Amino acid sequence: MRALTWQGKHDVRVETVPDPEILNPRDVIIRITSTAICGSDLHLYDHTIPGMKDGDILGHEFMGEVVETGSSDHKLKVGERVVVPFVIACGGCFFCKKQQFAACDNSNPAETADASEIAYGYPMAAAFGYSHLTGGYAGGQAEYARVPFADVGPIVVPDGIDDDKVLFLSDILPTGWMAAVNCDIEPGDTVAVWGCGPVGLFAVQSALLLGAHRVIAIDHHPRRLQLARNLGAEIIDFEQVQVREALAEMTGGIGPDACIDAVGMESHGFTPDNLLDHVKVKTFMATDRVHALRQVILATRKGGRVSIPGVYGGVADKFPIGALMEKGLTIKSGQTHVQKFMPQLLQMILDDKLDTTFLISHRLDLEDAALGYKNFKEKQNEYTKVVLKPGSGIQTRH
Amino acid sequence: MARRTRPDPISDSPESTAKDPNPAAAGLMASEDEDTLIGRTVTINRPARELYEFWRDLRNLPLFMENIESITVIDARRSHWKVKGPADSSVEWDSLITEDIPGELIAWESAEGTSVPNSGRIEFRASDNGRGTVVTATIAYDPPAGALGKMFAKMFQREPKIQARRDLRRFKQLMETGEISTSAPVEVFP
Ligand SMILES: NC(=O)c1ccc[n+]([C@@H]2O[C@H](COP(=O)([O-])OP(=O)(O)OC[C@H]3O[C@@H](n4cnc5c(N)ncnc54)[C@H](O)[C@@H]3O)[C@@H](O)[C@H]2O)c1
Ligand SMILES: [Zn+2]
Ligand SMILES: [Zn+2]
Repeated sequence: MRALTWQGKHDVRVETVPDPEILNPRDVIIRITSTAICGSDLHLYDHTIPGMKDGDILGHEFMGEVVETGSSDHKLKVGERVVVPFVIACGGCFFCKKQQFAACDNSNPAETADASEIAYGYPMAAAFGYSHLTGGYAGGQAEYARVPFADVGPIVVPDGIDDDKVLFLSDILPTGWMAAVNCDIEPGDTVAVWGCGPVGLFAVQSALLLGAHRVIAIDHHPRRLQLARNLGAEIIDFEQVQVREALAEMTGGIGPDACIDAVGMESHGFTPDNLLDHVKVKTFMATDRVHALRQVILATRKGGRVSIPGVYGGVADKFPIGALMEKGLTIKSGQTHVQKFMPQLLQMILDDKLDTTFLISHRLDLEDAALGYKNFKEKQNEYTKVVLKPGSGIQTRH
Repeated sequence: MARRTRPDPISDSPESTAKDPNPAAAGLMASEDEDTLIGRTVTINRPARELYEFWRDLRNLPLFMENIESITVIDARRSHWKVKGPADSSVEWDSLITEDIPGELIAWESAEGTSVPNSGRIEFRASDNGRGTVVTATIAYDPPAGALGKMFAKMFQREPKIQARRDLRRFKQLMETGEISTSAPVEVFP
């Protein structure tokens, strides 16, 4: 099959690779019809997350049609259309039973889980196409993918509904939603959102749906800010405005009740080596860039809430722990418990209460995935979200 | 190796978490020279009885223990273990079940004269907060010396702790999900 493979920093290529196979009873194989490039993929593209190997197949936002099922008694049937959550979760462990799917104890294979236990104290759950720290599972920017624990993760979508309407159930829609849920929004609240990428924009939309009185969105790309405004947010361009002062002034001197960091670490993260090497020399974590997060913590009102969907991997330098403690802030963070939120969000989409298609700026054939990565990174203003369609034959001018 | 004397412990944590753990204090019938102790606890969301029974059928162990080539059950107490070594070698020993409390505990000890003396215990305790079963493996062993020691250093000296951790993780996966998680890529045949 054809698949987008990682070959090093800023080097991704579509290549012919072996088709995936069923390895475990609960697996299914799906033929992918749509798959997106995520801001999280840029951390791999920039090589700021360790544990990548040449040839790894990327992609964790995908959907398609079930073409083969494993030997266990499957609830999925060949021919059904499913959206696949980026988090791989078993459904049976303590964490899955608590619906903390992104903390699943079992999905990360024993060897790779070990590396993450050394880094974070406990082993991490697995994800598709996201480095060997989270399991080394082949991703979904490909024609086919193997989906483990398919009786727990994938959600069946009705025939007739367009891929573009439901694809983002795989990650960014639940991620924006959970980011807003983590704000514990109360009536009258103002929520400020840093970053108007896909995650930030869905956080804006979700915060409003969850009853925020006002939402203020912060970025510097005019088109992305405009999308936030279209959703009903007030906007701040951080290149032109002093963000903290602006937020204080716009909230009567009180400050936003809850703040969301939908930016995450930028290009300076881990030193780009294999984590196991880092562990060996006991200096395995370089400093993540936490510029936005620092600002978030300073801007949040006293006694307010901070929600961090933005991804960090290492340790932070000059983290404002004093502001955090003295102001009595509450922080919630984490990879998204996608499986927990999918059913309700799918229902909202089917009921036309939620539109996600506004986000898509470009649809490309899988063959043009490398171009999609380059432009999603370098032309953020125009490229708000790239959806890849394997085998579509969509022509893109290079 | 002579053990340093130390004051009676006042911590409530298991002996294996001590900075200088003592197999005897962990309740293992360790021989004089078995002086390295490792312990690891996992919570498995299944009933204790089911976990005990799966483990007690020793033929199941190679399903999740990576280094084991085979286990042959000789009689109710005695079994023969063949464990993978580097470069297609293997090491073998007889193991004796020394204590067996159905649903709760299995303890074992290697027969006399083995090159890698070891003893251990696996305990299954129903969690008192409704989380399934708390499973604790405790193993005492003697890091081998000499040429054989060198050969097995990788397995029995530096790595047993990692090995135990991974084996227990696979045991938990198998019991909780019915399978062992893998991301193994499809082999590319030339
Ligand atoms: N928690 C999860 O499960 C989860 C899931 C998906 C993505 N993420 C993470 O969410 C983050 C955002 O993802 P995305 O797809 O929207 O990425 P993106 O890169 O498209 O968007 C990030 C946006 O932040 C803006 N930005 C940069 N610095 C800023 C600053 N100082 N202040 C305000 N805005 C700033 C950029 O201009 C950009 O528009 C990433 O870190 C991604 O890894 C987390
Ligand atoms: Zn994503
Ligand atoms: Zn789980």
